Amino acid sequence: MLEHYLSLFIKSVFIENMALAFFLGMCTFLAVSKKVETATGLGLAVVVVQTITVPVNNLLNHYIIADGALAWAGLPEVDLSFLGLITYIGVIAAMVQILEMVLDKFIPTLYHALGIFLPLITVNCAILGGSLFMVERSYNFPESVVFGLGSGTGFALAIIALAGVREKMKYSNVPAGLRGLGITFITVGLMAIAFMLFSGIQL
Amino acid sequence: MGKMKKILTTPIFNENPIAFQILGICSALAVTAKLETALVMSLAVTFVLAFSNLSVSLIRKHIPGSIRIIVEMTIIASLVIIADQIIKAFAYNISKQLSVYVGLIITNCIIMGRAEAFALKNPPWESFLDGIGNGLGYTVILLTVGFFRELIGSGKLLGFQVLPVYTEGGWYVPNGLFVLPPSAFFLIALIIWALRTWKPEQVQEG
Repeated sequence: MLEHYLSLFIKSVFIENMALAFFLGMCTFLAVSKKVETATGLGLAVVVVQTITVPVNNLLNHYIIADGALAWAGLPEVDLSFLGLITYIGVIAAMVQILEMVLDKFIPTLYHALGIFLPLITVNCAILGGSLFMVERSYNFPESVVFGLGSGTGFALAIIALAGVREKMKYSNVPAGLRGLGITFITVGLMAIAFMLFSGIQL
Repeated sequence: MGKMKKILTTPIFNENPIAFQILGICSALAVTAKLETALVMSLAVTFVLAFSNLSVSLIRKHIPGSIRIIVEMTIIASLVIIADQIIKAFAYNISKQLSVYVGLIITNCIIMGRAEAFALKNPPWESFLDGIGNGLGYTVILLTVGFFRELIGSGKLLGFQVLPVYTEGGWYVPNGLFVLPPSAFFLIALIIWALRTWKPEQVQEG
């Protein structure tokens, strides 16, 4: 049993890495990866939010949205699955807001460390993508917790690694047209190829 | 008339959402393995972009500043649901291939970015054109990447065999790299390079 969750975790961190295998959260991935320090802040925020929203959306999907999920309320024929997208994004926006308030009140150091990245996460596709993958692969509740944690960690790992590479790249002489965005794309492409090595692993 | 034309055409090459504004990259990479999916995705994004810009602009004087993000999100999410349902109804196979990426149009930064940067400050008709223009800019990049990935990766275009593959007696040896997602990064980097050599004012430092 434990083995199943462990392999799901490893799978969501390395083999199905949100950033480098599915290219989710690319906008923030490219924009906030200039320095290792800020990248670490964003990575942490993603891990926290992902670990909370995926299980919450899992419960909502299971008991309210999915086809026939309202059977417990005596409405077995109601299918609200078309409301899925709007619910998930609402949950994410609300969770980010709540998390911001809780952190501000109880763990101010972490709150200040995360700073502007917390609200930005609402529009990070990796978070919504995590919830959508959870629905598509019909994970149960404990699986969704592990998947949320794993995919968040995977994203954090990738963005910190990219920031490390970009910090070193400041000293290299890049052709004018490729400076900035262009060379970053090529770097990410090479990293994605490196991560594809994991795809052969069967767990 | 000149101003309208400018709103429509600037985002295509001069301020391309993907190559210049760095918005909406996630989907550009993941759905471009085939020209067909790239085309459907571009149509969906252009539709959502144009109508979300239009709707946000129509009610821009009535949205309180503090809750505008939520209002915009709701409008965008509703439009994406419409697009998703249409694709599921008329092109079920493609909707399976696009998997979660249609839903992810909600968090596609192009849409949010244009609503914030343009639609909140401009009249409806201009905003609608800006939406179409940015949608076209997105489409140009997506179709270019999709074209090369499908042609080089499997010798096909829109599912038709263009270059005869050697396994079926032809001469063309497909380059497997182009079927894999990382190739999209290289192609977009090359497009950016070409675009910035053509228009040097877009070059950025650092």
